[in-house]
Amino acid sequence: MSKNRTDLTTRGAASGSVTRRTFLRSTALAAGGLIAAPAIMRHAALGSDDPILIGSLHDQSGAVGTSGVPMVRALELGIEEVNAAGGVLGRPLKLVHYDTQSNIQLYTQYAQQIALKDKVAVVHGGITSASREAIRPVFGRYKTLYFYNTLYEGGVCDRNVFSTGTTPAQTVEKLVPYALERWGKKVYILAADYNYGQITAKWMEKYTKDNGGEVLSVDFFPLDVTNFGSTISKIQQAKPDVVFSALVGGNHTAFYRQWAAAGLKGSIPIASTTFGLVNELAALEASESDGIISGYGYYEELTTPASTKFTGALKEKFPGIPYISELAACTYEGFHLWVEAAKKAQSIDRMKVTEALESGMSFDGPTGTVTIDHKTHHTVRNAFLAEAKEKLWSVVGSYPDQPPADTAAVCDLIANPRDTKQYVISL
Amino acid sequence: MDLAAVLTLDVLNGIASLILLCTGLAVIFGMMKIINLAHGEFLMLGAYATVVAVDSGINIWIAMLVISPVFVGLVGLVVERTFIRLLYGRLVDSMLATWGLSLFLVGLITTIFGNTIKSVPSPLGGFTIGAYRSSQYTVFLVVVAALLLGGLWLLMRRTRFGLIARATMQNPDMAAAMGVSPPKVYMATFGLGAAITGLAGGLLAPVAGVLPTMGAAYIAKAFITVVAGGASVITGSATASGLFGFINQSASYLTTPVIGEVFLFVFAIVLIRLLPQGISGRFFRGSL
Repeated sequence: MSKNRTDLTTRGAASGSVTRRTFLRSTALAAGGLIAAPAIMRHAALGSDDPILIGSLHDQSGAVGTSGVPMVRALELGIEEVNAAGGVLGRPLKLVHYDTQSNIQLYTQYAQQIALKDKVAVVHGGITSASREAIRPVFGRYKTLYFYNTLYEGGVCDRNVFSTGTTPAQTVEKLVPYALERWGKKVYILAADYNYGQITAKWMEKYTKDNGGEVLSVDFFPLDVTNFGSTISKIQQAKPDVVFSALVGGNHTAFYRQWAAAGLKGSIPIASTTFGLVNELAALEASESDGIISGYGYYEELTTPASTKFTGALKEKFPGIPYISELAACTYEGFHLWVEAAKKAQSIDRMKVTEALESGMSFDGPTGTVTIDHKTHHTVRNAFLAEAKEKLWSVVGSYPDQPPADTAAVCDLIANPRDTKQYVISL
Repeated sequence: MDLAAVLTLDVLNGIASLILLCTGLAVIFGMMKIINLAHGEFLMLGAYATVVAVDSGINIWIAMLVISPVFVGLVGLVVERTFIRLLYGRLVDSMLATWGLSLFLVGLITTIFGNTIKSVPSPLGGFTIGAYRSSQYTVFLVVVAALLLGGLWLLMRRTRFGLIARATMQNPDMAAAMGVSPPKVYMATFGLGAAITGLAGGLLAPVAGVLPTMGAAYIAKAFITVVAGGASVITGSATASGLFGFINQSASYLTTPVIGEVFLFVFAIVLIRLLPQGISGRFFRGSL
């Protein structure tokens, strides 16, 4: 680049009169060249054994930071393993990670950067549904393959996106009938007031009605609500048999504490699609959490060899890591699915990898066997129900090879590969 | 009837929470005209002080009622001595400085404790009113809020410190001429405000999720309550907390928590439009 700059300035000087305009222009060009230089130099130097870049956009701080830490750790573990085994296509892998700080604006900003400047081969990232919807179009526009590895409300139909987390048909559909059968048919739903909570609450309503139950009320809570006093009174007045909770984040943890402080924990049971996903079980007292039921695609407490190997490796490499939930397990599996696909395709080209994944790619991970479903770009995977006991999850039900039936009902990427919508259930 | 009793308790709890949240801010803002944007983080420090103390085996009542206020009060003194004292009378500068302080404290606590949720168990159980259950801790919060306001009133009205503090706030030059040292009074007042906020943080710890960013959830409500309350620290805090707590809790109960929050803020905007000097600027002028 410096050669380029010399040329420009000499040309200006050679013409005899360096006018203000040509000077400004050449300086601007030179400055532009300098800024772009690292990217261009790296690009030019791209050789056959240069690392393949794996992108990561995960919150490491802020409201959902606790969820993001184990996800990045899982990626780091996966990359270390693959590199130890010789990398992909003979090239090592390298993580390019940005801390999105629970800030949607940073998500879009870093998404552009990771796609355009870093030119990563694939991006794993996004925790909340809001963050996924912010970056999904960016990766569509800049043709960067995107893996969303979080359990969510379902319905994303986009050929550029692979969603490896569980969806309501895999977990809520099991959780609701279990709770109705065990405790009774009248339910009261509490959910966080953004797209995840809103749509998950609809699924809870649907499965409750499908199983002959009755929804007494659905209450939504902004993420900064901390006082649940009036809600607790309202719930008592409604006298439900069970409370379903899709409350999210640190502030909403207050609900479980205030619920227990009022002494209601013994009288009205709680089933949740979000509780225990982060480190609630470690943070709360056993007396506050015992008996709460949840449904996920993975629990740290699973005792299969693959699971104990995974948690053991993470805990050894990263002492003090927070609870290893479905978030970390699915991120690990999403990463390995990409690696397998790249090996199969003998390329890291987006379309070739996508086609390899669509061929029904499978991986045996800590949660069991995970298979990509071509029609929806979601996964067929195991699901589990567990009950909190003495600050640990005790698995009470397992459901092998659950298809993403909710998304499959609305999304068909074989018939409409150009679809990029998120479908929302209507009741 | 049982329901009415439980609901009354909810409303009182809402009011008490607001009083605890905003009194420390009101002392600093009302008396010293410093807009402390690190208020939420003082609260967070108080909560962490209780968590750490309880984890190291100290009785939870001592942790909440003594350690949290003393610790945050000391932090307040250090903060006042290091940079707030250079910024008196410079409203915007003090806002920027305390905002920076709030970012610093969040970063510091995240570095030390990580951004995982901490907590301490609630020390009291529930009790029954007819068919309903409520928490004894709710009642405890109401009592503490009342004692806090009463204690502050006694301190300001009945002690020599209160007299000197009030005199300094009204006319620092005159007070200085009488042999009072305004910088010392400012320092003590800032420390007092911080200590009250620390107490509120400690009391919140058993019923909230304690994490470094928890202050953000409380700061908007604390500010709007103090602004609506006006210049009088005690009457302003009490009346504004009473109104807002009542509106928020009853609207949340009658509609949804979302509408409850909206109601609170719409009401606050209208109130501040009608009473730009705050409630106490109009109705309780000259009160404490």
